[in-house]
Amino acid sequence: MTTTTGSRRRPRGSGGIRGREGVAGWLFTAPMIIVLGVFLFIPVLMALYVSFTNWNGNGSPFQGGQNAQWVGTRNYTSLFTEDGLKRASFMQSLGNNFWYVFFVVPLQTAISFFLALIVSNRFLKGKSFFRTAFYFPSVTSSIAISVVFLFLFANSGAVNAVLGAFGINGPAWFSDSRGLFHILFNLVGVGDNPSWAQGEVLGRSVWDWISGPSVAMCVVIILAIWTTTGTFMLMFLAALQDLPGEVDEAALLDGVSPWQKLRYVTLPMLKPTIFLVTTLGLIGTWQVFDQIYVMGKGAPANTTLTPAFLSYKQSFTSLQYGSGAAMSFIVFLLIIALTAFQRWLMREKDPKVSRRVKQATGVAVSMQQGSNAGGLR
Amino acid sequence: MNHRTKGWKLILFYVVLVLFSVIYLYPFLIQIATSFKTDAAATDNPLSLVPNPFDATAWKRIFGIGGDTSVPIMRWLTNSVVITLVVTAARVFFDSLAGYALSRLRFRGRGFLFGTVLAVMSVPGVALLIPKFLMVSYLGIYDTYSAMVLPLLVDAAGVFIMKQFFDSIPVSVEEAARIDGAGVFRTFWSVVLPMARPALITLTILSFQGSWNEFTHFLVTTQSPELKTLVTGLASLASGDLGAGSQYPLKLGAALLTTIPVALLFFAFQRQFVRGANEGGDKG
Repeated sequence: MTTTTGSRRRPRGSGGIRGREGVAGWLFTAPMIIVLGVFLFIPVLMALYVSFTNWNGNGSPFQGGQNAQWVGTRNYTSLFTEDGLKRASFMQSLGNNFWYVFFVVPLQTAISFFLALIVSNRFLKGKSFFRTAFYFPSVTSSIAISVVFLFLFANSGAVNAVLGAFGINGPAWFSDSRGLFHILFNLVGVGDNPSWAQGEVLGRSVWDWISGPSVAMCVVIILAIWTTTGTFMLMFLAALQDLPGEVDEAALLDGVSPWQKLRYVTLPMLKPTIFLVTTLGLIGTWQVFDQIYVMGKGAPANTTLTPAFLSYKQSFTSLQYGSGAAMSFIVFLLIIALTAFQRWLMREKDPKVSRRVKQATGVAVSMQQGSNAGGLR
Repeated sequence: MNHRTKGWKLILFYVVLVLFSVIYLYPFLIQIATSFKTDAAATDNPLSLVPNPFDATAWKRIFGIGGDTSVPIMRWLTNSVVITLVVTAARVFFDSLAGYALSRLRFRGRGFLFGTVLAVMSVPGVALLIPKFLMVSYLGIYDTYSAMVLPLLVDAAGVFIMKQFFDSIPVSVEEAARIDGAGVFRTFWSVVLPMARPALITLTILSFQGSWNEFTHFLVTTQSPELKTLVTGLASLASGDLGAGSQYPLKLGAALLTTIPVALLFFAFQRQFVRGANEGGDKG
């Protein structure tokens, strides 16, 4: 069989060893194909179809009729153009989630990088203890952690007890719907709804858009940072350990200050990891769901509502599966678009060059810049 | 002088690290202490790590001692254990089968299959809530153990990890076995798998952690109280569906029970956890 295929190096015959491999290949992957196909691939197509209907949960969504009429793209367009409660909630959820991302992603990246830098210090003892301590929250159940935070941030909880020790009267975290920036505006003397912020964008006033996260949302933000920094710290640690050791010595000999070393050597070489961490952060933060489910389900005043949770609520509570599915596909697209945009933003110009070479040249160039800057001072 | 600055720097580092350790670990200590407090003491003295008075009522309720069955945590625990064991065993077996085929066996459509696995991996979980519900209802298995377990039996990320691992080990050993006349499955089972121990341990840990902590999948595929797991049960307990009052000791005790198995696993296999975290990241 193999001889008849002539010039082809990889015969596709159906007999002999290769044929056996072909059959085995499909047999080995069969469980995966069935499970992922039946419970992932096909269901997404089903949901895509449902997002073009107004299925209300009764009967089958695929047989048309009263319960599941084809409505075209209305579930999508109405979220942006139709004035009403649905658009208001959706826009508010987008705003809430935006502020959540705005705070969580930079903070979790910065803190995990900072912790990795310190833990990777050569002279430090007890490294593994600190590594374990910081990573531990990451492996536990998001629901269990949220329950703990419900207690910590309760009105008479641990956080307010600590604040009280410093003479600060802690807020009623979970029922405070005031936006962080609104509070700041009020502090500097800007009243609510000033004239310059009364215009409407997508059915929501500018003042509402710039509210910042509500006090309640801040708890979710703190929780997210607290649980994710450990994982990201490990990624930074692995990357730091990959850095060639000679760089340290060279930098030491050249008398480069630690700050310069960080700025011109470490940061540029960690660019791929920073990219990875921010991308994973973006993907994760636009999907926040579990924490919202436990911590108030959107309350107070819908300020912890996120598109992911709204999509769930719209489907399983309001029984409007069509628009619920449409919302989830919009989040889906948003995540893909963000990832693509960031990939483009941090693209490498010469992907063919090997990593080692790139690192070495990068080190050389940045060392040069580093010592020059040092000399100029 | 250099040495003195280094010394100060180290002290500063330790201060920062200890401060962060307190922030990261104190909540867990509070959680343990509070589960042994009375409802009143929990809120009166939330920071204290010494339960005063010491009170095991919450744990008695958790273990179903005393006849109060309003919160059937033992039932949830049983569900969690059974589902996690089944899912973990299946994932380790099926993921390594598929990973091996995608890495080693030459068959038409392999490249396409692997591309699909990568694509599937990038589908955000939030976009899968409604799809899973639709399929499970369509198959008529909504609100059954089948609906909870079947969709979790294989996961794309695990297949990916196994494929990456098999890519990294040399082919020569298998070829020797193959020449000796061993079949494909024989070679896989008795030659390749024993070599894959590190990857298998990583996969076991990730699968255990993943299925034990799973929430959204069970949320959309079940509704009966009998099918609650520790995680879904805890979520409904926390949102006040079960019983009145704050019940903090009970809630924190149940949360602790949810945390313990993964915590034990974590302390036993720290190295593999670290590797898992980085492998999960590499796919990005």
